[in-house]
Amino acid sequence: MAAKRMNSKKRYELLTRNMGWETTYQSMDEVFPYDKFEGIKIKDWDKWEDPFRLTVDAYWKFQAEKDKKLYAIIDSFAQNNGQMNISDARYVNALKLFIQGVTPLEYYAHRHYAHLGRHFRGEGTRVACQMQSIDELRHAQTQIHTLSHYNKYFDGLHDPFHMFDRVWYLSVPKSYFEDAMTAGPFEFITSVSFSFEYILTNLLFVPFMSGAAYNGDQATVTFGFSAQSDESRHMTLGLEVIKFMVEQHEDNLPIVQGWIDKHFWRAYRVLALVSAMQDYMLPNSPMSWKEAWDVYFVENIGALFDDLSRYGLRMPKYHEVATAESEHLSHQVWLTLYNYSHAAGMQTWVPDDKKLDWLSEKYPNTFDKHYRPRFEMFRQMEADGQRHFSPGLPQLCQVCQVPMAFTEVVAGDAMKISRRVSTYKEDRFYTCSDGCRDVFEGNPAKYAQAWLPVHQIFQGNCGGAELADVAKWCHLQPGDGGEHVGSPDQDRWKKWRGEDTVKPTVMAAE
Amino acid sequence: MAIEISSKQIEPIRHTYDYVARRIGEGRPGSRYQEATFDIQPTANFQYPSSYAPKYALFDPARTAIVMEDWYAFLDPRQYYYSAYTVARAKQQEVVEKNFAFVESKNLLTNLPDDIKTVIRKVLIPLRHVEWAGNMNNCSITDVGYGTAITQATLFHAIDKLGIAQYLTRISLILEENEETGLDAAKQAWLEDEMWQPLRRAVEDMFVLDDWFELLVAQNVVLDGLLYPLVYGEIVDDLMVRGAMSLAMLTEFMREWQKEAERWTSAIVKAACLESKANAAQVSTWTRVWTDRLSDALEPIACAAFDPVPTQPAPATKRNLGRLFSKSEDQCTRSVDSLSVTAVSQVRVALLERLQKQGLKLAEVA
Amino acid sequence: MSEKKVFLILQDTEDSRPIIEAVGADNPHVSIQRQPGMVRMEATQSLRINRETVEEKVGRDWDVQELHLNLVSLSGHVDEEDDYFELHW
Repeated sequence: MAAKRMNSKKRYELLTRNMGWETTYQSMDEVFPYDKFEGIKIKDWDKWEDPFRLTVDAYWKFQAEKDKKLYAIIDSFAQNNGQMNISDARYVNALKLFIQGVTPLEYYAHRHYAHLGRHFRGEGTRVACQMQSIDELRHAQTQIHTLSHYNKYFDGLHDPFHMFDRVWYLSVPKSYFEDAMTAGPFEFITSVSFSFEYILTNLLFVPFMSGAAYNGDQATVTFGFSAQSDESRHMTLGLEVIKFMVEQHEDNLPIVQGWIDKHFWRAYRVLALVSAMQDYMLPNSPMSWKEAWDVYFVENIGALFDDLSRYGLRMPKYHEVATAESEHLSHQVWLTLYNYSHAAGMQTWVPDDKKLDWLSEKYPNTFDKHYRPRFEMFRQMEADGQRHFSPGLPQLCQVCQVPMAFTEVVAGDAMKISRRVSTYKEDRFYTCSDGCRDVFEGNPAKYAQAWLPVHQIFQGNCGGAELADVAKWCHLQPGDGGEHVGSPDQDRWKKWRGEDTVKPTVMAAE
Repeated sequence: MAIEISSKQIEPIRHTYDYVARRIGEGRPGSRYQEATFDIQPTANFQYPSSYAPKYALFDPARTAIVMEDWYAFLDPRQYYYSAYTVARAKQQEVVEKNFAFVESKNLLTNLPDDIKTVIRKVLIPLRHVEWAGNMNNCSITDVGYGTAITQATLFHAIDKLGIAQYLTRISLILEENEETGLDAAKQAWLEDEMWQPLRRAVEDMFVLDDWFELLVAQNVVLDGLLYPLVYGEIVDDLMVRGAMSLAMLTEFMREWQKEAERWTSAIVKAACLESKANAAQVSTWTRVWTDRLSDALEPIACAAFDPVPTQPAPATKRNLGRLFSKSEDQCTRSVDSLSVTAVSQVRVALLERLQKQGLKLAEVA
Repeated sequence: MSEKKVFLILQDTEDSRPIIEAVGADNPHVSIQRQPGMVRMEATQSLRINRETVEEKVGRDWDVQELHLNLVSLSGHVDEEDDYFELHW
């Protein structure tokens, strides 16, 4: 009495798809009120392909196994004071940026994929989104747990979620993600699953995780590998979603392309912070931002869009601007952070000679010409006891909310601040680039309402008129940011290593 | 590279994250659950209005009539964060997998007598659609609920219900030897048979509820609170007595799951009631309304299990007595003494008694 | 188009060893590169993992979905079946 064999695709369909039904007591449009208003036309939700057919029991099994391994490492790291193995205390600033700026995005993704997991009409699509939702919760929580031990020994990691809602550079990731979350489900999934988790994912993963590996942070490396297998599923969802939308109806193509353009640019601007982390915060850098950009964007994504051209899709608009900026981005952002880290939850410093030489080598066309002289000037000011911090507040781009420090690189003038102006209802709004200007002008009513930290400070909504008031309101503490040299983090690090008597000037690398 | 630190003291400068210390006090480490749950959800300074729900902020306590000073009063007594949850389920899953393999390889389901198979096909398999609805409803709460404490628990619930729906699907596939006929018939029954319509109407009404806390009460507190003890308690127990041990093996997960879920739902109800009389009154009203509606909706289902017209004379045991009184071909008997009415009544009373203990005011419990 | 590469990156652990060996055996044109903690396998146009080959290498039953335990990254369209896992453009 042998049962007939059933192929895995069919079996998976029965386990995920035909349990839904056309509702009759409430109309389908009432039950699914959000998946039509964006104008995306889906003729047949059943055409959705599930590349990875993970049933719930298989999910529990594999994820539990991954978690057991990860938490064993986290426990061992804590027990053995693994933080003592990192290259230098400066490295921890990368972790401050990570837990303040990336972990909250994982949480946002968890909640919003649940939204998609309820509101897409297609059953297979809903299940895929639910798997992502629970994966993202995993990432948020494993990051919290991985970095918990660091929080006990270093400053800046103590109150990330409170800071995320308030601190100026954190409004960059916050506004990007909220832009997607306040859009409809199809725009959100294009933004996050495709623009972020497919096109740009390696530009987040490699800097942080390879950075961890090169700087002795075993805990973060382990977390990174553990999360990456989830990310492979997410990437595949991103690609599948794009194919599905453009295959379903030809009218979808221009809408999808527009979203790819917009969210590529917004996500790229978020990664500006990562570029500075990669080139400057890591005592040992595995590769420069430019190198990573060349491999993971120019080469890889070039190949991807080659393949996608058969659907009528093209490379994201302004990608060539991003490529031109790759020789400038990290320097401009670091210099901005250097000026303002007294108001930040992470520290900055003038790079040591080893790092300056590395930067010269990695950026032969730009570093010595435009940026090294500034660092030499700052180093001199420091030696004169006048370490520079800007006393005012920077103008932020209305869209990406990064301080307006980008320059007209494509136009050939790396010394000229890139600035665009738009008018909306008799007010002027400033953006940092054509990319951001296009986003603004695509929906000025939306972006005009943004919660820009600098404006909010000036309006008195951030705790008071003085920096100290604002810092208190943000829960920023003195050791979190500012200058690394002479900081409590550095002092403790030296004490732990028995280097108290070493003069804190140029740090020799290991 | 390792550093020799034998002569140096490495003292931590803090014991846990500030957002945990603010709640549990300084000087001690937080648990993994606390670190992963307290105050993670953003609460302020949202950037843009929502294009599809412009009335509300991204996360908005105004989406429910329940009012809380602190939404983290809704802590999960199971302390499930992602890893604890997944590891617990993986352990259970291993046992379930063995049971499925055992039953399938020895044909223990396909060899059951026809009348038991009928109950499985008629009563159990269509429940995969109810579980699917439970998955949708819990996703909805995770979407618009407030605070990490509740919304992570409802996502776990959503995944659990999908998992249970998949187990029910597999039971049908085993029973029908990998033919889809059982699933097709169950879906048709769900859509068209009289016995399922009150329940289907109820879950479709849940799909469009405005208040997510009401949805949580209707779906997780009341519906599961009635349906699971009825089906995986009363009905499966009855089938087991009649010889369907294999079915009990395949549904043991559901029974365990509900016991565990009740710890959580009881804590939710209790915390809401402790907060204010207004909350207690609101939850009580929702509970009364949904309990009445859902117990009525479950009666025809219980009937199909306990009081259907027998196709052959059933052995006269105490549990079978109700069957001797059934009347017509396709109708169940719903006299006040029939087993189905008694079963539903029992689970209803048990539910309401449990909820009264958490602080609900329910006029009559019987 | 025919020059386009697919790649599969696995964690460099004992669990991955039989998979890497199977890929090497079944895909003559694959290039296998070891990087810190990871193994990168790249091929033109397509790359396939056959369950049977992995089972030979590992000495027990092996489920294609076990790949999830070791996966770091991939590139290409995914085709997952009971008996194989394939990437292709």
